[in-house]
Amino acid sequence: MTATSSETPRVDAVPVKHSRYRRVGASRGNFELWSWVFMRGSGILLLVLVFGHLFVNLMLGEGIHAVDFAFVGQKWSSPFWQVWDLLMLWLAELHGVNGVRTVINDYTEKNSTRWVLKALLFTSALLVMVLGTLVIFTFDPCIDPSSTLSVCSR
Amino acid sequence: MTATAEKQKPAGDKAPGAVPTFTVTLKIQRFNPETDSEPHWESYQVTVHATDRVLDALHQIKWEQDGSLSFRRSCAHGVCGSDAMRINGKNRLACKTLVKDVNPDKPITVEPIKGLPVEKDLIVDMEPFFDAYREVMPFLITTGNEPTRERIQSQQDRDRFDDTTKCILCAACTTSCPVFWNDGQYFGPAAIVNAHRFIFDSRDEGGKQRLEVLNDKEGVWRCRTTFNCTEACPRGIEVTQAIQEVKRALLTSRF
Ligand code: SF4
Ligand code: FES
Repeated sequence: MTATSSETPRVDAVPVKHSRYRRVGASRGNFELWSWVFMRGSGILLLVLVFGHLFVNLMLGEGIHAVDFAFVGQKWSSPFWQVWDLLMLWLAELHGVNGVRTVINDYTEKNSTRWVLKALLFTSALLVMVLGTLVIFTFDPCIDPSSTLSVCSR
Repeated sequence: MTATAEKQKPAGDKAPGAVPTFTVTLKIQRFNPETDSEPHWESYQVTVHATDRVLDALHQIKWEQDGSLSFRRSCAHGVCGSDAMRINGKNRLACKTLVKDVNPDKPITVEPIKGLPVEKDLIVDMEPFFDAYREVMPFLITTGNEPTRERIQSQQDRDRFDDTTKCILCAACTTSCPVFWNDGQYFGPAAIVNAHRFIFDSRDEGGKQRLEVLNDKEGVWRCRTTFNCTEACPRGIEVTQAIQEVKRALLTSRF
């Protein structure tokens, strides 16, 4: 007992035996609280968004057979579906990222591994969200000048 | 109890009513910090009564076979909380576990509780565990003048935190928690249980401070409701529920 308590208080210094067991100081703040609340809130919202999405795309009208380039173009010409899909993209991405962040926190033992994995995670999330948002708002169904889609005949 | 006792006929016929005995193997994780670099297993055979506990078997080994075997125990009756260990892969008190209840047909494994540094054999360094315990300020905090008589509390108010008063700080819960195993930074169920005991005490006024402590990055939000703690607690405390109640108190203090 005395042996452990007389070691240097710095945790990341020399890898002293048992050092990983020592409690590092407190870190206050509400981040974990909000992240917990976000997981519950976004989870419920996603249930509505995802099942609504599946219902509209796969069951309404001709169902799955109607899904093609024109169908997507039609949908994204309406601000309602743009916002719907944007919400779904952001919430799903953030919800997933936060979950994986938790998994990383729970399973990595070293701060360095933790840092690298999280850096990868956040970069990928940023990429997906930026690209996804860009596509939703700049999507041009009439990119082909000879398009025969009804949205383009205006 | 009698049913099983009757089935196992005593080896040598003794007086009627005598408690039957049987032989079991205990596979114990040994570690001597002065000579070993890694823990290793050692097996011991002991003859025990059907009424004997794992602690009695350990005593027998220590007193009659190998005096170097080290473990903690004090009260031997489930009160002091010093002999929590991993028996057949589950955290239990050696003094509250009957040998006949942990499948004596096969070797019974006995390990130190996980997630705390092993000092010798079954003895772990409990300091990190008590550090977390101290951080939640497990004592009555009040303001104003002290009453001349006892602080009155209704039965109902007392019942609110009755469950968490039963804790004996054995660490069985904290060292059964996979989140604690990882890096030992999580406050752990035991600290939260003991914070709960005061947070929901109508006489106490430090609840807010304790909630702030447990709002830490390593506080209640790291709980994944695995329920290992509830299963491990030798006092039958609903540990996971206590943690959830602290979470709810934190949320309601915000919204
Ligand atoms: S809550 Fe139960 S398992 Fe945890 S330290 Fe207290 S008595 Fe032991
Ligand atoms: S020796 Fe006291 S609880 Fe087991």
